[in-house]
Amino acid sequence: MRPVIYVLSFLAVMALAFWAYRENYATQQALREVSGLNREIAGLREALSVQRAEWAYLNRPDRLRELATLNFDRLGLLPLEPEQFGDPKQVAYPPEPLFNIEQPVNVSGEEEPL
Amino acid sequence: MTRTPLRPLARILSARANGENPDTIERENLRLRHEELRDRSRNRAEGRLLLLGVAFFMAFTIIGGRMGLLAASQPEEPRAAATGAEILNQRADITDRNGRVLATNLLTHSLYAHPKDMVDPGRVARELAAIFPELDAEALQKRFTDGRSFLWVRRKLSPEQMQAVHDIGDPGLLFGPREMRLYPNGRLAAHVLGGASFGAEGVHSAEVIGTAGIEKALDARLRDPAKGTEPLTLSIDMTVQAATHEVLEAGMKMMNAKGAAAILMDVTSGEILSLVSLPDFDPNDRPQPLVGAKDDPADSPLFNRAVQGVYELGSTFKIFTAAQALELGLVNPETMVDANAPMQWGKHKIKEFQGKNYGPLLSVTDVIVKSSNVGTARLALQIGGLRQQAFLKSLGFFDATPLELVEAPGAKPLIPARWPEIVTITTSYGHGMSASPMHLAAAYATIANGGLSVTPTLLRQDRPGPGNRIMSEKSADAAVSMLRQVVTKGTASMGEVPGYAVAGKTGTADKPRPKELGGGYYKDKVINTFASVFPANDPKYVLIVTLDEPVETSGPEPRRTAGWTAVPVAAEVIRRTAPLLGLRPAVEFVAPDALLAANAIDE
Repeated sequence: MRPVIYVLSFLAVMALAFWAYRENYATQQALREVSGLNREIAGLREALSVQRAEWAYLNRPDRLRELATLNFDRLGLLPLEPEQFGDPKQVAYPPEPLFNIEQPVNVSGEEEPL
Repeated sequence: MTRTPLRPLARILSARANGENPDTIERENLRLRHEELRDRSRNRAEGRLLLLGVAFFMAFTIIGGRMGLLAASQPEEPRAAATGAEILNQRADITDRNGRVLATNLLTHSLYAHPKDMVDPGRVARELAAIFPELDAEALQKRFTDGRSFLWVRRKLSPEQMQAVHDIGDPGLLFGPREMRLYPNGRLAAHVLGGASFGAEGVHSAEVIGTAGIEKALDARLRDPAKGTEPLTLSIDMTVQAATHEVLEAGMKMMNAKGAAAILMDVTSGEILSLVSLPDFDPNDRPQPLVGAKDDPADSPLFNRAVQGVYELGSTFKIFTAAQALELGLVNPETMVDANAPMQWGKHKIKEFQGKNYGPLLSVTDVIVKSSNVGTARLALQIGGLRQQAFLKSLGFFDATPLELVEAPGAKPLIPARWPEIVTITTSYGHGMSASPMHLAAAYATIANGGLSVTPTLLRQDRPGPGNRIMSEKSADAAVSMLRQVVTKGTASMGEVPGYAVAGKTGTADKPRPKELGGGYYKDKVINTFASVFPANDPKYVLIVTLDEPVETSGPEPRRTAGWTAVPVAAEVIRRTAPLLGLRPAVEFVAPDALLAANAIDE
């Protein structure tokens, strides 16, 4: 009985050592990946801030005004003016359908009595 | 544990038989028992002490070991933790009220040199001078070869320049990362933002510090690491600012003015939606301040006319006199006052514009509409100097404005040291005391806000608190209605913008001549101001437009009154900005064709 226990415990130690060895390398690999990702995130953040600045620079009012002037033929953009405020009354709604005249009697019937 | 009896019968009996005292046996047994008890408790106490000792020893060993480890080991960041954006942002962004970027950071590189590592200093100096025109090849070579081991070449490089320097390929040229401040909109809000520069510099990083404007005034907030990712939101509206800037610049050129300023302010919250001062500058490349002995700092583009420009604001002050007279119940808008010009007061003679006479009597409304100096002076004399001072003080004319700009606390109004009656008279129509257009904007906002005081601010206010009551709503409304009549039938008739019911008051003040040139006032140099409120029926915004030395030359002789210069510019500003602010014009609707007109009548 005793030799069997010795052999089994020796095997268990070997198995655990192998497992620890693998875990160690897997952890190191994961850490390498994390630092790589962190570097990538930092790079992307930096790129994002550059692109934000660039977007703001491209959208500066001076440039937009120049572009609107250059492309006036195509876009016809003008500064917003008070006259451009509309009113619901200015919207052309479809006209109401005309009263359907089928028989002359109908028409005379709709007339107000004199 | 067996308990031995104190008096065992067998020993007692034998002791009695031997004639001994049985009590000695009892005492002996009692002593033994006590000794046994004592030994037991001592053992227990010793065990406890030992346990405690071991525990303390282990605790101190762990702490000591940890300290030793921390002291001896290399510092290292936890590699598995995620990094945030906080570390990247050294200085918070600045945005307008709608979140559009006004100032942000950009990562660039600086260029420094280790001349001792240089292979060929002469060639490096030549090639650097070819890349950067402002560098001088000979001076650079001298600095490279005078034995120093370190020197800065440039603080900021563009990526193209960096590549060109790379291509020189000398090991003595090195790059360091630099975070620089970028103002993508250039000159747009230059005086608000101010500018930034580098503070303490190292090879690996440099401090970015604000040098003027809000960048300096709120430097601590912008550099606070806890708020690095949270942009500072200003009250400025970029679209409105751009429109105001464009119109004002065109107006300044058209009126041949030397400078101009405009302030657009929300009357309830005091938020400044637009602040323009011309001429201006590019905060990305801030010019050097004028330092010559003969230079007037007010001529520098760095000078913020809207905040730092302390001028005599002229007739725009008259409404304060009228409003106070109404508030005190001395007059009502129809009361007739003596306006017989010229008015003699001691050795002084108070005249009207171009020596006119609007008198002998004018209603209070007409005093404002016609801008009568004499009428205003009479009102001021009724009010009295002390009450006039107190009222102007409550409107904020005696202190610097609390604006979030580093220039603001320095721009204190110029108040006469004594206040005799002649000062009461001149102050009533805006002469003798000087204030900045920002003061004027805050005071007009107070009138437009129904008499509640307004604190000008450059930061977006989400829940502005109500101000203190300076005057009753009734007097404030009466004052606004007088201002409205200035535009409909008075000196500011060019200020009418259809649909927006502009109310305002013109002001023309002669510029004071410097002492070296004889003192007094210039005859042909004026500052024209138009202070306006719109829409008059429910005032929402205050607009101040100031032109420095304007002259309108379309007529046979040059005109220098505000009605001809500042007013048309202000009207155009309102026409352009009011729709951007979402104000609907209150114009009668004209139907485009007969059919729709018929529809409109039906309803």
